Amino acid sequence: MDLASAQVIGAGIAAIGVGAAGVGVGFVFGSFLQGALRNPAAAGGQTGTLYIGFAAAELLGLMAFAVAMIILYAR
Amino acid sequence: MAAGAKIDPMHQFAINPIGSDQLAATPFQFTNSALWMLIVLAVIVLFMLGGTKRQLVPGRWQAAVEYLTGFLDNVTTQSIGPQGRKYLPWVFTAFTFILVANWIGAMPFGIIPAAHPFTVTSQFTVTGTMSIISFAIVLGVGFWKHGLKFFTLFTPHGTPKPLLPAIFLVEMISFLVRPFSLGLRPFIAMFAGHILLDVFGNFVVQGISTHTALGYGVSLLAFAFVMFVGALELLVGAIQAFVFALLTALYINDAVNLH
Repeated sequence: MDLASAQVIGAGIAAIGVGAAGVGVGFVFGSFLQGALRNPAAAGGQTGTLYIGFAAAELLGLMAFAVAMIILYAR
Repeated sequence: MAAGAKIDPMHQFAINPIGSDQLAATPFQFTNSALWMLIVLAVIVLFMLGGTKRQLVPGRWQAAVEYLTGFLDNVTTQSIGPQGRKYLPWVFTAFTFILVANWIGAMPFGIIPAAHPFTVTSQFTVTGTMSIISFAIVLGVGFWKHGLKFFTLFTPHGTPKPLLPAIFLVEMISFLVRPFSLGLRPFIAMFAGHILLDVFGNFVVQGISTHTALGYGVSLLAFAFVMFVGALELLVGAIQAFVFALLTALYINDAVNLH
């Protein structure tokens, strides 16, 4: 296998991490909605916490994307 | 890559000097990045000037400006406490700059020839510099207010004595990673979104140039997807600006209040 094909395959495998982060982000927002629908009065004060959790989960997906890009365009 | 030109999504991030030679010896050149930074600054200044006339009955414009400042004041005072007002200028600067840069970069200025839009925040140098400024404020405030007691930030209350060195190390690493992750987040979000837009925009053009029914169908689908991603870009741009401001406020809270 030459380097170019290996790069494309490797980038594709690295991109799986983005989907895993999608699961994480969905879990964060889903859990927030579950809690918010049980106690809507307390939901408004927790949006800051929601976005912190979202940012933490999303960052890992973005890192997977960065790794994929580095693999794909490395020379 | 059998048919069609090879798609080069990285070309849009190229920084080119304006009005001078590419290979000129001086490192100080006026680039398209600098130009679009100035445009972002002009938009922010115009927006703020239009809304700070201090009318007794605010018009729409002033209401918009007051909403923005009130929102960010809320973020800082809720995160840091009553003394958070002092740090509002930087939080405000970071939020408005990232927000306006993200949104201007997503605008379809490409319709006008030779007005190639450039997303300033798609460069890690820009977001990384902003996160370093945030980190410098955290360190400066922390050491100024607490001196060497600032290091107690790395030892949470109630840690068992034998675990203390390990916890100290882990907390220290997580603290030192912060400026990196803070700057990486807005950068990658814009970078990834614009690559996606570029790739699918190329699909539209290549589909039309095939002159077949299948090609037109692919073009239509890709065009719908580009519209969807374009709308998503506006949302992501706002969320990333908010997350940057919120995390900056939280990190400053760590330095001011030490847990």
